[in-house]
Amino acid sequence: MSEQTVRLIYFAWVRERIGRSEEEVTLPPQVKSVRELLAWLRDRGEGYGNALKYPDAIRVAINQEHVDHRELVAGAREIALFPPMTGG
Amino acid sequence: MAGCEPTVRIQREDFDTAAEIARLTRGRSDVGAVVTFSGLCRDEAGTLAALELEHYPGMAEAEIVRIAREAAQRWPVSGLTAIHRFGRIEPGANIVLVVAASAHRQAAFEAASFLMDYLKTRAPFWKKEHRRDGQSGDWVEAKDADEAAVSRWRVSP
Repeated sequence: MSEQTVRLIYFAWVRERIGRSEEEVTLPPQVKSVRELLAWLRDRGEGYGNALKYPDAIRVAINQEHVDHRELVAGAREIALFPPMTGG
Repeated sequence: MAGCEPTVRIQREDFDTAAEIARLTRGRSDVGAVVTFSGLCRDEAGTLAALELEHYPGMAEAEIVRIAREAAQRWPVSGLTAIHRFGRIEPGANIVLVVAASAHRQAAFEAASFLMDYLKTRAPFWKKEHRRDGQSGDWVEAKDADEAAVSRWRVSP
């Protein structure tokens, strides 16, 4: 299976804690679901650890649609991580 | 029922509520009810200089369009408009506008209320406070009450 490269986008305090608004990453083969992605990202550095310490608090969109943490990342081009929304 | 095609705009600039109402009523005689909701930036404690509204470009519009289309399917509205601002917004200024037009008031009230309830919990916007004392403000936290407001619309068809 070929490697999957995705664009990760961060918003609000997730962006501030990670210290960047977006990046391209190549996902290792063991990252199949959103939950596994969050666990993998958490170990990439202190900022990631701070942002993703409580994964249940993180909302996720794949290709600009909301998904839950069981969703598979196969086929994703763009994955966004953000806190619960506070618009309106 | 196909439903009308909603108008959704995500913009930095302010909006004109009267002009948006007129856009849904001009040139037609079948509209008997127009409901508008305006959400404003408020400062209850006297400490807020402004809110900074961050959004997810592309998805913000797509998500509100999805919600508005569902509202237009569920209620017989002849027109539905949602406008959400982003950027720096000071107390007293507009943040969001929903306009629903229909033959009768019930559909217009309910479609507007449904749209706002879903927009609050599903549209990708985040508010950060800028304080008047210059200290770094906090991100506004999501409220459980907003989730509860959404749950009342989840009825079996």
